[in-house]
Amino acid sequence: MFLRLLFESFRRQKRRKLLAGVAVALGVAVATAMIAVATDIGDKMNRELRTYGANIVAYPEEDTLDVQVGGVDLKPVSQGAYLNEADLPKIKGTFWRHNILGFAPFLPVHLAVTAGGASLPDVQLLGTYFAKPLKLGDDSFTTGVRTTHPWWKVEGAWPADDSEQVLAGEDLARKLGLKPGDRIQAGGRALEVTGILSAGPAENQGLVGPLSLAQAIAGRPGAVRQVFVSALTKPEDELARRDPASMSPEVRDRWYCSPYANSIAFQIQEVLPHARAEQIRQVAQNEGAVLNKIQGLMLLITLAALLAAGLAVSAAMATAILERRREVGLMKALGAGNVAVAALFFTEAALLALLGGTAGYAAGLLLAQGIARSIFASRVALQPVLFPLVLGVAVVVTFAGSAASIRRALRFEPALVLRGDA
Amino acid sequence: MNGDGQPRSARSGGRPRMFVRLLLRAMLVRRGRALTALAAILVASGATAAMLNLYVDVQAKLQREFRGYGANLIVVAPQGATLPEDALAQVDAALAGRGTAAPFAYVIAKTSDGAPVVVAGTDFTRARKLDSFWAVTKWPDTPAGALVGRRAASLLSPEGRPFDLTFGGKPLRLAQAGILKTGAAEDSRVYLSLPEFTAWTGVGATSIEVAASGTPEEIRQVMQRLASALPGAEVRPLRQIQEGEARVLGKTRATLLASIALIILTAALCLLATLTAWVMEHRKDFAVMKALGASHRMVNAFFAAQAAALGALGATLGFFLGVGAAAWIGRANFQAAVTPRLSLFPAVVLGSIAVALLAAVLPMSILRRVQPAAILRGE
Repeated sequence: MFLRLLFESFRRQKRRKLLAGVAVALGVAVATAMIAVATDIGDKMNRELRTYGANIVAYPEEDTLDVQVGGVDLKPVSQGAYLNEADLPKIKGTFWRHNILGFAPFLPVHLAVTAGGASLPDVQLLGTYFAKPLKLGDDSFTTGVRTTHPWWKVEGAWPADDSEQVLAGEDLARKLGLKPGDRIQAGGRALEVTGILSAGPAENQGLVGPLSLAQAIAGRPGAVRQVFVSALTKPEDELARRDPASMSPEVRDRWYCSPYANSIAFQIQEVLPHARAEQIRQVAQNEGAVLNKIQGLMLLITLAALLAAGLAVSAAMATAILERRREVGLMKALGAGNVAVAALFFTEAALLALLGGTAGYAAGLLLAQGIARSIFASRVALQPVLFPLVLGVAVVVTFAGSAASIRRALRFEPALVLRGDA
Repeated sequence: MNGDGQPRSARSGGRPRMFVRLLLRAMLVRRGRALTALAAILVASGATAAMLNLYVDVQAKLQREFRGYGANLIVVAPQGATLPEDALAQVDAALAGRGTAAPFAYVIAKTSDGAPVVVAGTDFTRARKLDSFWAVTKWPDTPAGALVGRRAASLLSPEGRPFDLTFGGKPLRLAQAGILKTGAAEDSRVYLSLPEFTAWTGVGATSIEVAASGTPEEIRQVMQRLASALPGAEVRPLRQIQEGEARVLGKTRATLLASIALIILTAALCLLATLTAWVMEHRKDFAVMKALGASHRMVNAFFAAQAAALGALGATLGFFLGVGAAAWIGRANFQAAVTPRLSLFPAVVLGSIAVALLAAVLPMSILRRVQPAAILRGE
């Protein structure tokens, strides 16, 4: 009898049930989309923050002091120590290799440049990787400044790695009247300028070329002055600020296995012989601050969205039940107890919540993907645990929304309701 | 009402009064139902007001966070020259309080064993404000105190003892006041206070680093003002900082906008559903009024006025609720108050009146086709 009542209720009141179901689905869809976007925003924004460039730098441990003013390296190439280029792929072999988005080695050399009639006696040529394919074991990956320095803008084309092509900084290009495709004389070679670079003050005044070219000009094959690493890191907390030397073994393991800028730097130091790696505080510190604020904001807004969605579902359920007062009256007049009537309504509500919730979950995921694709041009990570969670919340909210109305519907005198007076 | 005839006003005066009375009684007698609808409007307009308020303010709040990255502009003297004495004052005037600036000067000095080291002069109070990412053990407070970079310190005075530097044949003895750590070129430098630096080297400030806050457009204006105030110097944007900020801020705003659109849509639909139900509940009043001879227009106006009154009342309360919620979010997440935007008030109120009217009109068009007798009979 109960099942038949239930079945008939859905069969005969299709339109009304559909409306309530749509309301539940809509609320669940909004909640799912917001939760999916909010839980993923940290990762997405972390990637966007990589626009600021590398957050870890590695340099030779025994190095002399940098002599750098305004970004231009004034240290003679004969001075100081070097890292070995052959060791660099090992950076992708550390514990947190998947968090390392890329790295770029740098070797500055100074040379005289002649182009057309003009010549400059001292120009910095920065040797680096642009998008160099590398191999570590069976893994192959591409790395270079195009990943680590996304704010570098090139008018023209990027040079090929291992070639005699260079980028001319925009200030240098203005001084020498260079355009993409021009040839210049530098370091006893004829170099092709493939593009004009707009980057930092130092790069704008010099040339940027393949690492192999800078090594050949300096006469130091395999030499690298510094390596800039761009990694996805976790915002610094109390544990990250502690000195790893003073930690107990368990705490140290936890520190080692958290992707803090400091622990990733420590792991890079472990794989590169005679190297010291450090977080670049300007980038690494602020990343955490900005990320925390954005995540906090999204969390609070998600709460607001959940509240709005919960209210929408409750309101729809309340309306649906109040409209059926006469049915309640009839059932009670025929001898149904309060418990039987309430059970029927709650079962109906649960069914609606499950059906609407499933549809809403699917729609919400689509919505989240749409948002992620249009804003971040990437997919949102799926969290399977979200599905039972969202369904559970949908059932609870639907029950909460129905409870008050069901109680009210039960209180009416059957005779009054049936006469149409209530 | 406009006083163009006593009799006319008397004749039509009875109906508006009746109308207002009906309106008031309808709301007061069925208080429960009206309160439910009012609550829905309150929450919907509250959520909308909070989200809009936050959206307007969040850019300014986040921009403040981005100033942690330090300078986004740099003013540089031409090669071999120094900036004029009043350059810093000019920069401050151009910023007009919306940003910070610090002067810097650099020379390459020699250590006692002849190795080159970059020595910089700056204003420590300003540098501290500008470069909040510098990790400093102790900021110098005496003129002879120097802030020594981590790598420079391990070379110059590993035990923290005073050390000697020479520049152009002039020696200078410095005490290490604190150690500076940034992970970049600053680690290899020694920082002095600018007057001390100038007295020793004879070199004045050669560059001023500027952190200007505001939208890209406002920063461009600051650059123009700087360029015209300091014609000899070159004003350069620091693309790394500006691009990163523009990108992250743009994405955050877009995500916020999408979320806010979702929330407002949900709130509006919730409102629509509740009000529709409320009007349907009143179909008996509708039938009675029509049976007593009220015109369609009269009945429509009655329901519309009721819906609009509910909308206006709910939205007014909801707006202040929302402003409070936005202020709380601002305090909880940014440790700063979100300024209430009263300019949003008309938009929120008009919006919810519009949704309320829409919610009233939809069921009205259904009820219009029904005979009053059928409703009264309870069909």
